[in-house]
Amino acid sequence: MAAYRCSLCARLLLLLILLLYALVHSEEIKQGNIHHVRGVNKPQTPAETVERPLEERQCEATEVNEAVSSDAAAHLQDYPGPDSVLTSTPQLKDDFREELVIRPLHSGDIYASFQFRTVWETDFTRGSKVSHYRLFPKSLGQVISKFSVRELHISFTQGYWRTMQWGQPYLPSPPGAELWVWFQDTVTDVDATWKELTNVLSGIFCASLNFIDSTNTVQPSASFKPLGTANGTDHRFLRYATLPREIVCTENLTPWKKLLPCGSKAGLAVLLKSEKLFHSSFHSQAVHIRPVCQDWHCKTTSLELRQTLNVVFDLHTSGQGKREWSLFKMFSRTLTESCPLASSSKIYIDTTDNPQEEQFELSPATPLLSQAVVLGDRRTFSVYDLTQQVTFGTVRSLNVLIRWKSTEGDMLRPLLHAERYVAGYGLQTGEIHTLIYNNHPFRSFPVLLLDSVPWYLRLYVHTLTVTSKGKDNKPSYIHYQPSKDRIRPHLLEMLLQLPPHSVTEVTVQFERALLKWTEYTPDPNHGFYVGSSVISALVPSTVAMSTNITQEQPLFSTFFPCKEESNYFMRVYTEPLLVNLPTPDFSMPYNVICLTCTVVAVGYGSLYNLLTRSFQIEEPNPGLAKRIANVIRKMRGVPPL
Amino acid sequence: MAAPLTLLLIVAVTIRAALYRSSLAELIAERVEVVSPITAWKRVIEGLALLDLGVSPYSGDVFHETPLIIYLFHFLVDYAEITFMLADVITAVALYMAVKHYNKQVFRKQKFALEANRYPADCLELIRSPTEMFYIPLKVAMFYLLNPFTILSCVAKSTCGLNNAVLSLFLLSTIKGNMLLSAIFLCLATYQSIYPLTLCAPAMLYLMQHQYVPVNPRRASFWWLVVQYLFMYLGSLFVIVCLSFFLLGSWDYLPSVYGFILSVPDLTPNIGLFWYFFAEMFEHFRLFFLCVFQINVFFYTIPLCIKLKDHPVFLMFMQLAVISIFKSYPTVGDTALYLAFLPAWSHLHRFLRNIFLVSCVLLACSALFPVLWHLWIYAGSANSNFYYAITLLFNVAQILLVSDYFYAFVRREHHLTYGLYLKKKDGSEATLVLK
Repeated sequence: MAAYRCSLCARLLLLLILLLYALVHSEEIKQGNIHHVRGVNKPQTPAETVERPLEERQCEATEVNEAVSSDAAAHLQDYPGPDSVLTSTPQLKDDFREELVIRPLHSGDIYASFQFRTVWETDFTRGSKVSHYRLFPKSLGQVISKFSVRELHISFTQGYWRTMQWGQPYLPSPPGAELWVWFQDTVTDVDATWKELTNVLSGIFCASLNFIDSTNTVQPSASFKPLGTANGTDHRFLRYATLPREIVCTENLTPWKKLLPCGSKAGLAVLLKSEKLFHSSFHSQAVHIRPVCQDWHCKTTSLELRQTLNVVFDLHTSGQGKREWSLFKMFSRTLTESCPLASSSKIYIDTTDNPQEEQFELSPATPLLSQAVVLGDRRTFSVYDLTQQVTFGTVRSLNVLIRWKSTEGDMLRPLLHAERYVAGYGLQTGEIHTLIYNNHPFRSFPVLLLDSVPWYLRLYVHTLTVTSKGKDNKPSYIHYQPSKDRIRPHLLEMLLQLPPHSVTEVTVQFERALLKWTEYTPDPNHGFYVGSSVISALVPSTVAMSTNITQEQPLFSTFFPCKEESNYFMRVYTEPLLVNLPTPDFSMPYNVICLTCTVVAVGYGSLYNLLTRSFQIEEPNPGLAKRIANVIRKMRGVPPL
Repeated sequence: MAAPLTLLLIVAVTIRAALYRSSLAELIAERVEVVSPITAWKRVIEGLALLDLGVSPYSGDVFHETPLIIYLFHFLVDYAEITFMLADVITAVALYMAVKHYNKQVFRKQKFALEANRYPADCLELIRSPTEMFYIPLKVAMFYLLNPFTILSCVAKSTCGLNNAVLSLFLLSTIKGNMLLSAIFLCLATYQSIYPLTLCAPAMLYLMQHQYVPVNPRRASFWWLVVQYLFMYLGSLFVIVCLSFFLLGSWDYLPSVYGFILSVPDLTPNIGLFWYFFAEMFEHFRLFFLCVFQINVFFYTIPLCIKLKDHPVFLMFMQLAVISIFKSYPTVGDTALYLAFLPAWSHLHRFLRNIFLVSCVLLACSALFPVLWHLWIYAGSANSNFYYAITLLFNVAQILLVSDYFYAFVRREHHLTYGLYLKKKDGSEATLVLK
């Protein structure tokens, strides 16, 4: 018995020891886990870095360039010093830059253009799964890899850019929503992918992009070439769609801002307050994703995400009629810091027309000047570098102020300009007129015109006429895809040569279709929108145009016009059209069905009558009383009357 | 007889040529009553333009004519006006000859019946005299050529004129008893717009009558003729469909021409019943009503054949009328073709019940079409219901007209068998009723 107890005790002891050992071991594992988890968790909090005080941010921002792996960022958090970047493995390099260009316009309005650029050295095209995101927004990255998107351009615009008053925008966009996507050539069913993609983007940007279907999607053959690095330009992988009726508002801005690495908490994005942005004459926000070369050899590509926002503030509604603009007046915010994740953060003010400050004065003054050739013109910019502490001055806040001194001065007319309208009266037919202006005094240049017209305006391509200076101007290339009812729109693309200093008029007739009553919009008498025509052109630059370029440059350099700057690419969007269609009476489907069926029944009945019956001599009908009497008599067994 | 006909042709051609030169031609070519999405000349030109651009005309939804038409006008586009005038002249001459031949036969039959004493004694009033029949062919040609509907159709260069020419040639070759030509022209007409398919039956009935084959399904000779005719008809249809395929190298035209006729996707207003009905239709009933309305056109063929098996030419008239009323994209050109036959039935006038009312309604509607169209589309002071109401009225009037002629025809036949002045058993005057 004792022996039994002893063995029991021994067994218990053994069990206890085993248990203890197991416990200790598991604790070790747990500690290891905790350690590991910390390593993973830290890089997911970029917001923390944002909230750090100013002094640290400067050095951090510079380090972001070098230490790009997320592990390194985590370490940065703990030991802010360049020496700590030990574990950094340069696998995922990304870089974020932000800038704001302000161009004072001659009309007294002001044009502000934000650009946020994230470049990420990664390759989605190889089909490799990328699951580690830092600066690049994960929502877009997943979309690009899932749908094998090579390039994606999406813009939301409220208002119409007035080229004749404001000159050319840095990034043109049509009113409403525009989306064009180049898919990779591995995509087999492009249409299905496109449909899914538009639905996903609709969710991401809170826009009605889900209304993009085959009836408003086209495949332009020449007008939209890939903007990034690409070998193939097979337009089967391109889809282009516009929603001219789309209304852009706060709900589209918020998701757009969320894509920025700093959100709207720091950097230039703090200026993006919707109550000011949407109280403007023109507002356009866009997202452009494209592959770009990593280096000169272009052996590997990286992905570039460019988020742009253009806004024009009106002199009278936003500026109360005073020719004086400041950041605070425009955005009701001033700048106090740059985005700490940005490698560069700058404000450019276009001062080309103001070399001696005779037009307007700029305060605070900045010593930095920069020159760039923008849209074929050599422009001078005053630059504020937000990464430099000295920019913010002693008040630690930057409020750039532009005050006009004189109201004169005129703008160079834009070289290329277009407008469009519908001619004709009544609801049966009509004619679309597109006027393209070439304001260059002595050069002619070719333009590509793209028109996508919904199927319910039936275009007659045999009525297409192109005239410049009163003469017939035959397009050298026409790509026309006729519409299919309820399936696809018309696509008309042509290459036109615009003679110098001329107006080219393109007209085409159309017929308005009567739709089914369920196909009309809820306000059918408002009309139907037709998206903008797109004019893409290589325009001779104004630099090459000026005749006295010999002023500042050595004579030997100026005989032949400079090749690099002689042409620049430009895209111009015309106004969208609003076209009325004939409408049925929406209140009486039942009546129509009943009345038409009655007429058919009249036809059927009268023929049936004649077919089934034959002629007989009419027997006089006995009266009712007599018939009743006869029935009674029959029952009584008496012969009838 | 040739001189008046020549004069008529000259007058008709002059009117058309004058209208082509006037500014009215463009206006007429836009009228929805005159041109339908299938027959519009503008769309034919568009098809040619697409062909020139290297795009298949059937890849879009503007051109719906058959490949043969586009190839015809590929060569004749510069002579389009002459082509359409010629088509009208051919139609008129063919109708003239056909009716002349038919009248001869009717007269011969009447003579035999009279000789055999088959008519009741009091029916002499109903017997047709050669003097009244003499001018009927000329009247038929005149009714076709000088009908404003035909003139409008021709000036608008509606391809309906070509269809009418083919149909009248079919009629002529049938009445002349030429089986092969009849089958070929019928096949051409079917190829152009499906619906003339129903004319197969009257053509066969006529040929049986012509060849003294009894209309009796138990007889081998009956079936032999049916097989012969169907073989020629289907054979030429096969040839023509394949020819179209080889002209274009694709079958795209089948859905674009026949699918378009049958499924009615284009709701452009016209004088028919389809456009507003299907514009206002509930989506889940669309297919059902589409089937009902399309079957409606073909539905009357068999009962009419049974009822009118001894009168195939009248049966053809009935069929043409039914097609032009109930087809999916009718134009006034279709109406003009069956209206041209009315002088051939002038002997039925004493039995017509409401010809005055109907002709008034038809005239009023023809005048009101452009007025209400203007009010709806241009002035904006009326809506679609106004125009729709007129199309309804126009169609009711056409239906009444046709059924009235049918009634009169059947009644005359009844009288020819049972006597004109029928008496009741008690000797008083009887009235005839349909029972």
